[in-house]
Amino acid sequence: MKSPPFEYHRAGSAAEAAGLLGELGFDARILAGGQSLIPLMNLRLAAPGHLVDITGAPDLAGCGANGGGLHIGAGARQRTVELHADTLATAPVLADAISNAGQVPVRHQGTVVGSIAHADPSAEMPAAFKAQGGTVTAQGAGGTREIASEDFFEGYFTTALEEGELVTAVTVDAWPAGTGHGFLEFSVTAESWPIALAAVLIHTSGGAIDRASVVLGGVAEVPLRRPEAEAVLVGAEPGAEAFEAAAEAAATGIEPLSDSFGSGAYRKKLARVLTRRALTTAAERAGGDA
Amino acid sequence: MSTHDITVTINGAMTSANVESRRSLADFLRHDVGLVGTHIGCEQGACGACTVLIGGRSVRSCIMFAVQADGADIQTVESLAPGAEMHPLQEAFRRHQGLQCGFCTPGMLLRSLELINDNPDLTAEEAREGISSNMCRCTGYQYIVDAVLDAAAEMRAEEG
Repeated sequence: MKSPPFEYHRAGSAAEAAGLLGELGFDARILAGGQSLIPLMNLRLAAPGHLVDITGAPDLAGCGANGGGLHIGAGARQRTVELHADTLATAPVLADAISNAGQVPVRHQGTVVGSIAHADPSAEMPAAFKAQGGTVTAQGAGGTREIASEDFFEGYFTTALEEGELVTAVTVDAWPAGTGHGFLEFSVTAESWPIALAAVLIHTSGGAIDRASVVLGGVAEVPLRRPEAEAVLVGAEPGAEAFEAAAEAAATGIEPLSDSFGSGAYRKKLARVLTRRALTTAAERAGGDA
Repeated sequence: MSTHDITVTINGAMTSANVESRRSLADFLRHDVGLVGTHIGCEQGACGACTVLIGGRSVRSCIMFAVQADGADIQTVESLAPGAEMHPLQEAFRRHQGLQCGFCTPGMLLRSLELINDNPDLTAEEAREGISSNMCRCTGYQYIVDAVLDAAAEMRAEEG
């Protein structure tokens, strides 16, 4: 189908976009790459009255290393971020997540910040962002504020953004040398939507894990942190025994829903297997980088 | 509903038009410009039939509004063979039977062109992974991969 009618606005800056959102009210949405929003509009699942295009705003365009972390402006395209040397150096788990998302032509147009703000609990980028940790910068009529990645995702397609606010950038926090990451998803075909995914980071020091992050996608209404799995890992020696125990902990107590792509029980099983395998990869990388 | 003046370059020629906000780039190309080589399949960004190149990069023209393309340099399938002679990629698709019904072909050709431009020496695996963005329900993809590799070899020879 074709999109329903709407009014198109072009914002030349973050401040102008925030002003337009405030003026137009609840019926306005930010348009960045549009690779989630426009399909929803074509399917008539969304019908915003106004779209505010931010891709022409120079102050939202950038992507690069920033004070030890990775800064990603709201206009930065997924493919640009995916291939950026600073992403590979600072946030390789995000690079892996992006390369698993959609297809290359979609990633040419789609934005990383847009995917995070869309907050699909099965999507790759929100999970990788939450796994590595960082900050969302939001701007509204009242000014800007920072929201921790941990607090940003509140439910299905629902975030901590207030009405009239837009995400202007996200910053991904760097992890120290000796960190390894793993990102794995399972889907029916290489190009289809993930049924479940795992994004993990571990840092090793003196032969033991001293910091761990385990986040699952596709199993809850948000990208789901698994503190029980992280507790198993911290202090343990990296290896099959610890990873199996952590994977078991990650999959215990979650209650994924069933749909036409997989039952809840199947997703639980995937959560365990993907976590174990992602941790194994992370340990290899942690060793190699140290 | 509001309309917008846009100016785009299509296959090397500058064009100005007044478009409705909701006009997709694919519909703009087909209905307003008359370039019907760009096909529309799923209209939700899944199938790739509507693929065009913007600044040499493949995008889905069914999930992009024409107004977003203002100022863009757009290449459609019509650019491949402006005269009577087919482009080496089109020749290779014909020779290898890389098409049957032809619906996916415009998108396949442009995506393949991008892959070859990025890496003139691409492997079968890279070609297969590369065209996984586009759906074909006729060929089983193998003949398309054969065609892309053959065209790449021919284009390398032409370059050399």
